[in-house]
Amino acid sequence: MVSGSVFFQRESAMPQPSISKSMTIGESGLAVVFAVTAFLCVIASAKALDAPFAFHAALGAAGSLAAVFFIVNNYYDRPASLPAEEINGRPNYNMGPIKFSSFMAMFWGIAGFLVGLIIASQLAWPALNFDLPWIQFGRLRPLHTSAVIFAFGGNVLLATSFYVVQKSCRARLAGYLAPWFVVVGYNFFILVAGTGYLLGVTQGKEYAEPEWYSDLWLTIVWVVYLLVFLVTIIKRREPHIFVANWFYLAFIVTIAVLHLGNNPALPVSILGSKSYIAWGGIQDAMFQWWYGHNAVGFFLTAGFLAIMYYFIPKRAERPIYSYRLSIIHFWALIFLYIWAGPHHLHYTALPDWTQTLGMTFSIMLWMPSWGGMINGLMTLSGAWDKLRTDPVLRMLVVSVAFYGMSTFEGPMMSIKVVNSLSHYTDWTIGHVHSGALGWVGFVSFGALYCLVPWAWNRKGLYSLKLVNWHFWIATLGIVLYISAMWVSGILQGLMWRAYTSLGFLEYSFIETVEAMHPFYIIRAAGGALFLIGSLIMAYNLWMTVRVGEQEVQMPVALQPAE
Amino acid sequence: MSEHQGEFDSVTGRSTTGHEWDGIKELNTPLPRWWVITFYLTIVWAIGYWIVYPAWPLISGNTRGVLGYSSRADVAVELANLDKIRGDKMVALGAASLADIEKDPALLALARAKGKTVFGDNCAPCHGSGAAGAKGFPNLNDDDWLWGGTLDQIMQTIQFGARSGHAKTHEGQMLAFGKDGVLKPDEIVTVANYVRSLAGLPTRNGYDAAKGGKIFDDNCVACHGDGGKGNQELGAPNLTDKIWLYGSDEATLIETITNGRAGVMPAWEGRLDPATIKAMAVYVHSLGGGK
Repeated sequence: MVSGSVFFQRESAMPQPSISKSMTIGESGLAVVFAVTAFLCVIASAKALDAPFAFHAALGAAGSLAAVFFIVNNYYDRPASLPAEEINGRPNYNMGPIKFSSFMAMFWGIAGFLVGLIIASQLAWPALNFDLPWIQFGRLRPLHTSAVIFAFGGNVLLATSFYVVQKSCRARLAGYLAPWFVVVGYNFFILVAGTGYLLGVTQGKEYAEPEWYSDLWLTIVWVVYLLVFLVTIIKRREPHIFVANWFYLAFIVTIAVLHLGNNPALPVSILGSKSYIAWGGIQDAMFQWWYGHNAVGFFLTAGFLAIMYYFIPKRAERPIYSYRLSIIHFWALIFLYIWAGPHHLHYTALPDWTQTLGMTFSIMLWMPSWGGMINGLMTLSGAWDKLRTDPVLRMLVVSVAFYGMSTFEGPMMSIKVVNSLSHYTDWTIGHVHSGALGWVGFVSFGALYCLVPWAWNRKGLYSLKLVNWHFWIATLGIVLYISAMWVSGILQGLMWRAYTSLGFLEYSFIETVEAMHPFYIIRAAGGALFLIGSLIMAYNLWMTVRVGEQEVQMPVALQPAE
Repeated sequence: MSEHQGEFDSVTGRSTTGHEWDGIKELNTPLPRWWVITFYLTIVWAIGYWIVYPAWPLISGNTRGVLGYSSRADVAVELANLDKIRGDKMVALGAASLADIEKDPALLALARAKGKTVFGDNCAPCHGSGAAGAKGFPNLNDDDWLWGGTLDQIMQTIQFGARSGHAKTHEGQMLAFGKDGVLKPDEIVTVANYVRSLAGLPTRNGYDAAKGGKIFDDNCVACHGDGGKGNQELGAPNLTDKIWLYGSDEATLIETITNGRAGVMPAWEGRLDPATIKAMAVYVHSLGGGK
């Protein structure tokens, strides 16, 4: 469907015949490593102890062979010298990996929203499980969460971070093959993790379900991601590091730490998919939610705040509201977030002191979170009128409003008294989705609506009217979703704790499930609207790339800002 | 424009910091006062909370907080409060015999309320939240009882279950006449139609009623009794009424006779305390069909 030319801009316009052509160390080294990996994967596939592992090893072999082919083929196609850092004094930005990740973000987004709609429908109508193991709610649920958080969100973060770091550093992305290794390798991780869920491969840790071999592969990809990002910052031609890059860096580094902390496991065999986590009991639970909450804090918050800090001022054409606020709330946010995880384990075997710390740090986190919201919203001062005419900016601004709302709701729900009502109910699901659909979803949509025309060098989007339709349909979907879950969750919590005058529970569990039914239908309807919005978006972006008018390149180099 | 020399922004009346990245500048706006104050207030509140509640880990143990709070103690208090509401009455319920409970309106109301709660969380998964049953799981609202519908019989069934593995469980089961080679397929079809005729259901064209009766008398009467009226001692259902545990259509009957039936009801003794089981028996008995 997508030919290479959509992502690659061949540099054939500037042949340099005087230089003799040879493979770089990176090219030859990587080709050898992948060839060896392919060989090992074939052996692992043949000797595998279980069918899913054999399948994944075969995928690994196919992927490695494809990588060797790509590297060698690309070597024969490319000019003798690698792409220049600058052309006519202007940075020669590397857009290929950004285009790839943008495309994958849209693809996984639709897949993830669709699976979300399916599992929401399964909750309303359990017959939709069809008694087939592969599409049971228990397998599709991690597929949904991973597809929207790590596949959709992750690709948006890869695409925007590679774009923003280049533009705000006035430097070409570091590495020649490395950025491609990151974006393709990351998506290969998603493929292995996602097919694993369907085949029943999971280590049973929420948001960290992939088994040990997927985790190892992600670790390698992530270290290369960190290196590409860091080296690009190091070779920047601006004196200061832009605020978005602080947030991206915090996201990349912390996710690495969380991933390593939560996932140490001993495989039963290096030829099988099953492993056992090193942590046990309440320590395992604590590690899990330290990881789980900071996946929200650093993946879904820090990373997407970085997007906000670049795309909102850029789109509004206004300066960022407060430099000082950005510094203070950045450091406060990353210092306080890392403590908040225990609020997921209120009223459990976790010691009381740990619960206290989790709760109090969550409360202190309220203002640092709102610092981001203030900076995002107040950047609009002097440009509020643009909200009437620019649905993309409106989407970005509404995302910040949802961010503010859910970062108020979060600390409130972490208070133990509130949590005793909200915990284990649909209220939590509503809270998560006001953050996920409203904040992460909308800020990603807004960023992609900006990024696609920029990366593909188009004058603008194919249709702003379609963006407007997307905005309103998706907003209606979110409102239906979260209000249904609020009502359902609070109802559920109240039913669970209701006692009769004789001192017995008023409702059996099954009665509370029956009471949820209408809200589950409303929730599924909201999810369907959100999915429809994203399909409109995909069409719009596709047409932007296919038929959009080319932006004329400015021939004169810009003065570098000091 | 040199570094740290901002320019004036006429919209906000502030100057910029002098930094610029890809056209993005930053205003030199001070921190919003309300933001700073609220931030400090949350910190002060947190420190106050740490003083009052268990908060910081020490080398061994942790700070206890001036209130001496512990969530375990909280649970104990809540349980004690519940005990106050229902404790004495539950003791009375545990001590009373089933017959006494039936006679005492206060105890009866308590047992029904308790039984309803327990039924919802323990029995409803099989018997349905309204106790209407499902295929293979008896309806408890009618007056047709496999193992007897008196209070004592219901209580015994709840305590020990059916085919549950408990030493005192109900043991009888429907034999697999086809699978075990006792009856041939055509005999099974014939006797299935005979069973339908017992319940007044239409039979297949050309079926031999006399032969069906003979097969029934030779194989089924031992458990289901003369004329198929059933036997609660063995848990053998009455075949002459309109109530069918697995279904009365010919195909289902053929399946039942061919492969037998041995549905399991778990034993609740040991899983629920005696007073609770008693309450459940009273509740099930009160559903409409108790004898």
